[in-house]
Amino acid sequence: MVEFALPANSKVQPGKTHKAPPGAKRVRTFKVYRYDPDSGANPRLDSFEIDLDDCGPMVLDALLKIKDEVDQTVTFRRSCREGICGSCAMNIDGSNTLACLKPIEDIKGDVKIYPLPHMPVVKDLVPDLTVPYAQFASIKPWIQTESPPPPDRERLQSVEDRAKLDGMWECILCFCCSTSCPSYWWNGDARYLGPAILLQAARWIHDSRDEYTGERLDFLEDPFKLYRCHTIMNCTATCPKGLNPAKAIASIKAKLVERRF
Amino acid sequence: MTPSNRPLSPHLLNYRYPLLVLMSGTHRATGVVLSIGTLLLTYWIAAAAYGPESFDRASRLLGSPIGYLVLFGFSFSLFYHLANGVRHLLWDIGWGFELPVARKSGAVMVAVTLACTVVTWIAALSH
Repeated sequence: MVEFALPANSKVQPGKTHKAPPGAKRVRTFKVYRYDPDSGANPRLDSFEIDLDDCGPMVLDALLKIKDEVDQTVTFRRSCREGICGSCAMNIDGSNTLACLKPIEDIKGDVKIYPLPHMPVVKDLVPDLTVPYAQFASIKPWIQTESPPPPDRERLQSVEDRAKLDGMWECILCFCCSTSCPSYWWNGDARYLGPAILLQAARWIHDSRDEYTGERLDFLEDPFKLYRCHTIMNCTATCPKGLNPAKAIASIKAKLVERRF
Repeated sequence: MTPSNRPLSPHLLNYRYPLLVLMSGTHRATGVVLSIGTLLLTYWIAAAAYGPESFDRASRLLGSPIGYLVLFGFSFSLFYHLANGVRHLLWDIGWGFELPVARKSGAVMVAVTLACTVVTWIAALSH
């Protein structure tokens, strides 16, 4: 259901301010969403003044600097720092993206950092991704076949058939898209699968080697799982990998129509 | 701390929406306006069926400045929903999902909406 206001326990309170060291010339303020599950207090927004002359170029660099030098309790996921693991997905400057791929210079004014929208928060910038992972498992993201594989080699695929998977296999499951989708927010009880999972569903539907296309389409032919997509396009607009979940979802809808004729 | 006590991260009012997304929101808003506006249209037609007096009253109501404003909003919503509806049909056949194309089709859609609204009102007011 559409809800404008946050629940009482989720309203964000003003937080602490950590001043920049004296002598800092290029100071930027990072406003970071904080939530401590041990205290039980409401989330708050802490301000960290950072000297950009003494900091790496990306938002993730600033977060690491804050954690290293200012407040070690600041909690976030990160791993590869080059946009291939999908761990540091968060809402930066009002858009979902990967902190490691977002240059600080691209942001005007204060840098506001929140967890991925409309998700239960485990701690600070760490959302609980249990639901999207369970939804991912539900689409059976692996090859399914009846016929036995060739005894001496892999299942082969033509260059053209392989090209159909381009723009889908590159997804790193960071869930920037799903958590930017208003339809995913308002169907938060997991009934709508969301753009990330539907992109993955399309990846297997369009795979020439998979022999369960019909079953996959049967599973998705549902008012909620697939058809809660209203082509709002925020998924495609926000994807840090430049992929197009909206287009992939449309391709599933088209397949469902095609097989009726 | 049980998972159900976890706070919900900020969403609707904490997002910087691209124009593309705001257009989608406007499509839904104009759809709501059209539903309400159709009731108004029904009232007008029903008033005509009811008799000359009630039709006069309805016409006066819709001919008042506020009535004109409501009709203007209704006509704008109609053309917006129509033009963007065509855009949705194009998406449904798989055309125009690339971001630059989607932005351009949005600009065309708004231009068509404004042109249709203005032409309609010029035609209506010149009678």
